[in-house]
Amino acid sequence: MGMTMTQKILAAHTGLEEVSAGQLIEVNLDLVLGNDVTAPVAIKEMEKLDTKKVFDKDKIALVPDHFTPNKDIKSAENCKCMREFAMDHDITNYFEIGEMGIEHALLPEKGLVVAGDVVIGADSHTCTYGALGAFSTGVGSTDMAAGMATGQAWFKVPSALRFNLTGKPSKWVSGKDIILHIIGMIGVDGARYQSMEFVGDGIENLTMDDRFTIANMAIEAGAKNGIFPVDKLTIKYMNEHSVKPYTIYRADEDASYDETYDIDLSKIKPTVAFPHLPENTHTIDNIEDIKIDQVVIGSCTNGRLDDLRIAAKVMEGRSVAKGMRVIVFPATQKIYLQALEEGLLSIFIKAGAVVSTPTCGPCLGGHMGVLAAGERAVSTTNRNFVGRMGHVESEVYLASPAVAAASAVTGKISSPKELGL
Amino acid sequence: MKVSGIVHRYGDNVDTDVIIPARYLNTSDPKELAEKCMIDIDKDFISRVKPGDIMVAGKNFGCGSSREHAPIAIKASGISCVIAETFARIFYRNSINIGLPIIECEEASKDIEAGDELEVDFDNGKIYNLTKNKQYQGQAFPEFMQRIIKAEGLINYIKQK
Repeated sequence: MGMTMTQKILAAHTGLEEVSAGQLIEVNLDLVLGNDVTAPVAIKEMEKLDTKKVFDKDKIALVPDHFTPNKDIKSAENCKCMREFAMDHDITNYFEIGEMGIEHALLPEKGLVVAGDVVIGADSHTCTYGALGAFSTGVGSTDMAAGMATGQAWFKVPSALRFNLTGKPSKWVSGKDIILHIIGMIGVDGARYQSMEFVGDGIENLTMDDRFTIANMAIEAGAKNGIFPVDKLTIKYMNEHSVKPYTIYRADEDASYDETYDIDLSKIKPTVAFPHLPENTHTIDNIEDIKIDQVVIGSCTNGRLDDLRIAAKVMEGRSVAKGMRVIVFPATQKIYLQALEEGLLSIFIKAGAVVSTPTCGPCLGGHMGVLAAGERAVSTTNRNFVGRMGHVESEVYLASPAVAAASAVTGKISSPKELGL
Repeated sequence: MKVSGIVHRYGDNVDTDVIIPARYLNTSDPKELAEKCMIDIDKDFISRVKPGDIMVAGKNFGCGSSREHAPIAIKASGISCVIAETFARIFYRNSINIGLPIIECEEASKDIEAGDELEVDFDNGKIYNLTKNKQYQGQAFPEFMQRIIKAEGLINYIKQK
């Protein structure tokens, strides 16, 4: 029987001709990732092993992005632990905050992931790199420790759901609306243990940033990974960012899928996920007046240049609503600089937003925009669980950069169309 | 190996953010993490839980963030086993990797109530409800995972290899 794209990549990294769903395999890794929250735990675990050396100092990436710039003494100690480990082991891809970014925006930008790679990361949104045609998945700190020491990880080969994307998204609809629409349709455990394989000629109408956003949130449907086929745009992106050789895998024609969903991108409307699960989706035309207190634009989901351009287009020449806090955080230093040079940051600041250094802080209620009891935020991030961005009685509404920016101006959940755009 | 204890009951889609909120992730000390375990959905959990107690939940337990701090916090709180209808995949592998016993069992998940007294036999996956005088068959681990659990976690398993 034929293999899915994911299965082909896994087989190639296992040295087997063929793998099938449910099979337990040990896979060779091309990259192991950790951050300032998960790597310190992994480092302690790795020290328990007799082998005190990492498997390959060029195939480990350590990114201090969660509680950085350090929010308190304990966070500073965690970063120090990771920094010292990186120095001791001469880790090539350790990024100090001046050259860093949110890990899942940073790694593709630095060219560390290319098509055909197998990547594990001690962060659930590691699935982002599926946009490049790589197999990448989130794991815990112990898996990261084992990966750093041995260069291998164990996996159960996943079966797959296929999403056949056709058509072209309409104005103000982007990758975020597409993935929220899908999660709303299949639920937060709709792809549990499975791959989400995106196919179809609609993909050519999606930018790389759209694809990163879609693959990024595969985990919010419970998926092991999300993956896109490699096309001209992927190859252009890789050529611009990486010197690593890449391998293009395609699903076999006779590969089997647990389910195929046909999605016409032209029919998708701006979509918002209400508290407290990403599956609680509503289209913008079905939302009554919901007053908000804070807007967050950024994160590993929506902090890329396309996202900032869309938000700036909506906010240009306008002001944020009275009493509204708007926080924009570009995902990497490079994006920050590009946004500065393009004049996007001055649009945000003139509109009354603050612009923050790249950090995961606000997305997970860590720092830089924590919510009080009873407050509501519209956020371009990925989770709206109870207490995710602060107090347990606060609320998070997940949306696209376009909807977030429009909401910042009106003070309630809004489409850019309400501004006459 | 058998464990027994009183049930702490939760619903569907318990995410790792409520198991241990990110604002406490500036430490990885199991004792400190345990003090905040479940605080956002069950603030009395930590004063109620006794060593050996068992957590029972619905679908997709442990969804969301990959933080290993979540199973670490649950284990350090004294919980001897988590039973759920289904587990989110990262939480599932993290639990195995750190040696927190977990069992998938739809029937048990649907039937067991808060305060029930359970006995769980990991060797055969059987769950006994002493309060209701009932028995449920949980899913046994594949042999590969049993080897990791037997070694008390992935790191020891690698050491033995």
